Amino acid sequence: MVMRRRDFLAGTAILVLSTMNSRATVISGGLPWTPNAGSPPVPVRPGPWHFFTSDEGRAVEALADRIIPSDPQTPGGKDSGCAVFIDRQLAGPYGRSDGHYTQPPFMSGTKQQGAQSADGPAATYRKALAALDRYCQASYQGKRFADLSDEQKDELLKSIEDEKTKLEGIDAQSFFELVVKDVQEGFFADPLYGGNRDMVAWKMIGYPGARYNYLDWVERHNERFPLPPVSITGRADWTPKT
Amino acid sequence: MSRKLPKKDVVIVGLGWTGSIMANELTDEGLDVIAIERGPWRDAPTEFPPNYAQDELRYRIRHELFLRPEQLTFTFRNKMNQTALPIRDWGSFMPPNGVGGGGVHWNAETFRFLPTDFVLRTHLTERYGAAFLPEDMTIQDFGVTYDDLEPHYDTFEYLCGTSGTAGNLRGQIQEGGNPFEGPRSRPYPTPAQKQPFSHTLFGKAARELGYKPFPQPSGNLSQAYTNPLGIRMGPCTYCGFCEWFGCGNYSKASPQTTILPLLIRKSNFSFRDNSEVLHINLDGSGKRATGVTFVDTGGVEWEQPADLVILSAYTMFNVQLLLHSKIGTPYDPVANKGVIGRNFTHQTISTVNGFFDNKKFNFNPFIASGAIGMCIDEFNGDNFDHGPLGFVGGGYMGQVQTGGRPIQSTGVPPGTPKWGAQWKSAVRDNYLSQVRPGTGVHGSFYSYRDVYLDLDPTYKDRFGRPLMRMTIDFHDNEIKQNAFLTDKFAEIIRAMGAHTLDKQYRKAPYDATEYQTTHLNGGAIMGTDPATSALNRYLQSWDVSNLFVTGASAFPQNAGYNPTGTVAALAFWAATAIRGQYLKNPGPLVHA
Repeated sequence: MVMRRRDFLAGTAILVLSTMNSRATVISGGLPWTPNAGSPPVPVRPGPWHFFTSDEGRAVEALADRIIPSDPQTPGGKDSGCAVFIDRQLAGPYGRSDGHYTQPPFMSGTKQQGAQSADGPAATYRKALAALDRYCQASYQGKRFADLSDEQKDELLKSIEDEKTKLEGIDAQSFFELVVKDVQEGFFADPLYGGNRDMVAWKMIGYPGARYNYLDWVERHNERFPLPPVSITGRADWTPKT
Repeated sequence: MSRKLPKKDVVIVGLGWTGSIMANELTDEGLDVIAIERGPWRDAPTEFPPNYAQDELRYRIRHELFLRPEQLTFTFRNKMNQTALPIRDWGSFMPPNGVGGGGVHWNAETFRFLPTDFVLRTHLTERYGAAFLPEDMTIQDFGVTYDDLEPHYDTFEYLCGTSGTAGNLRGQIQEGGNPFEGPRSRPYPTPAQKQPFSHTLFGKAARELGYKPFPQPSGNLSQAYTNPLGIRMGPCTYCGFCEWFGCGNYSKASPQTTILPLLIRKSNFSFRDNSEVLHINLDGSGKRATGVTFVDTGGVEWEQPADLVILSAYTMFNVQLLLHSKIGTPYDPVANKGVIGRNFTHQTISTVNGFFDNKKFNFNPFIASGAIGMCIDEFNGDNFDHGPLGFVGGGYMGQVQTGGRPIQSTGVPPGTPKWGAQWKSAVRDNYLSQVRPGTGVHGSFYSYRDVYLDLDPTYKDRFGRPLMRMTIDFHDNEIKQNAFLTDKFAEIIRAMGAHTLDKQYRKAPYDATEYQTTHLNGGAIMGTDPATSALNRYLQSWDVSNLFVTGASAFPQNAGYNPTGTVAALAFWAATAIRGQYLKNPGPLVHA
């Protein structure tokens, strides 16, 4: 069936016609508009792990606490929700590398050519966390990574970062780099994704969050912006107490 | 087997900036126009409203508004003797997708090229002698001049409401503007944006060092504006979510905010979204396009016949569609023959991050816009004597920081560990008191014989066609240029009062994983000789005269500016030629 605009258009009505089994549309007459359209983000809910096993979850919480240790002013990576953030991300499109080009052949190339692995981040975490615990159990009297002392954890992670310690079957240095990136992203992303709980990271640095209008502040040079941060989902004190 | 649609006067491939400009111009001429767009319809209320557009993870880190590599990507290598591998996730550039194209998520930096940029080979040869240029450098003149394009730059700036301060008004140098720019016939339609603290400080430091700083010309508007089409925009609110993001505020010039609301009401215009053009169809002679074939997201293939085909996709996809359609001779770098794929270029970007005493400086970096900032042009193009320096080219530089989005703006001084307690306290101590210009040094990338596009021998797209292969590396000329510019830039950041500098020079080899800009250029270049260009000076294919190709794919080399102003001016220039000359007598506008 051929859709011709002048065959269908009545007055100034907007025409959006879709072919069968397709998102493709023919648009004419006016800007497409449907009531309540939009794609707001879906906030992460607390609760059990979606992706991690309990051992994996403990290991990632321990990693998050060494990458972002707690201090008197600000909680560490675990209490900021960074492991929850990573868990939910790995259970979703990021973990599967959705949208990436995944056609073979997978050949190793130069650093400048970028990652060429068939594994997405979820598969990488699964393999690497197992390898990390295996290494620790063999090297620290049967202890898993999460059970090491803070000093032992830091020493091991530094050694992995410097490529002095290698883990069997995985590229440990790249994995640790990935974890550092994911933990820090979770710390600074909007709290709706599970990290940056209660906007701790934004409070720590002085970032006022998901605001949309600084017109009155552009030319107030060298003055500290006075308002507290706000998330895309609001702020606790905005929610009426029941 | 394709389903055949009724013939149109014009089919436009891609509804970004140039597709929208072309559609508006050609419908004004009374032609029946259809545009075919690979991606979805996008607009602020549904895609990036101000209640959730400020999401760094979703839009910047996870690339929500961009093309997905699984849909189409490229292979990449630095040198001809390497095996190209697919770009599996975007890095050094971010191909757009959907209605509005890159005009949705650009920063709206709206520059004009310098007059000498259009006659580059002629100018440099006259000033320095042909032997001054590297032997394998393949720069060419555009075939149009600044004076040809001036009225069209003006049209685009008034369409967008561009905010800026003129530096050269009909030959008179203006205080506060860029004194190096070509003469403009009118001032900018709206005054320059207000400048936050760090941007202002850069301007002051540059002035004290003897430079002539000017506010970056911005498509994020300083005030409300009604454009000549009657479409209204609101003032920018400096939210700091511009590049990578759509504007939820109708403050950033885009096809959605400047053209489409009018265009879509015309009875002689329609478009199809989620429909990807596979190839341009030719008649038996191979000299005339008969329309395009496209496939919708349901996998149904359609043929859209038309008398005139306008190829208005992103740089890379223009070149790819020409190769897949077998239009023009593919470039062969060994023989140095052929045209499709030659003179492929990108940009030479670097930056210097400055760290300041947090007891004295509070920059509130989150207050910014996409095209905010103060710049200098003393080291752009041929505005300075290259004779003693041993390289050609240059760029503007400035404090053009677009926001303080915390995932990417929590830099720490050089030497700080990447994690742990020291990292955390360095982040806390430096966030509000550092200057991170991003694309602070915006250098040119000239063309070379061994930097080009062709089809990959191994990797295929989802239709089983070869991916396009990028062979690209930085040459010594660009590396020298960048070292010189970055050092000059660092002097200004130091003069602002920074106690620590982090100079991030651009180095070879070209890295496909590190973002620079999305300013890929060339591959289907304009020129005066069909042996060395795909298009004549009106963007008309030398081989198929009812095909015009818009976009930065026409640039014979890149200049030290953001390309969109010039891309749009060229589209208006070509549209004027179609309306004034081509339609009266369809055929080649230039006889080779």
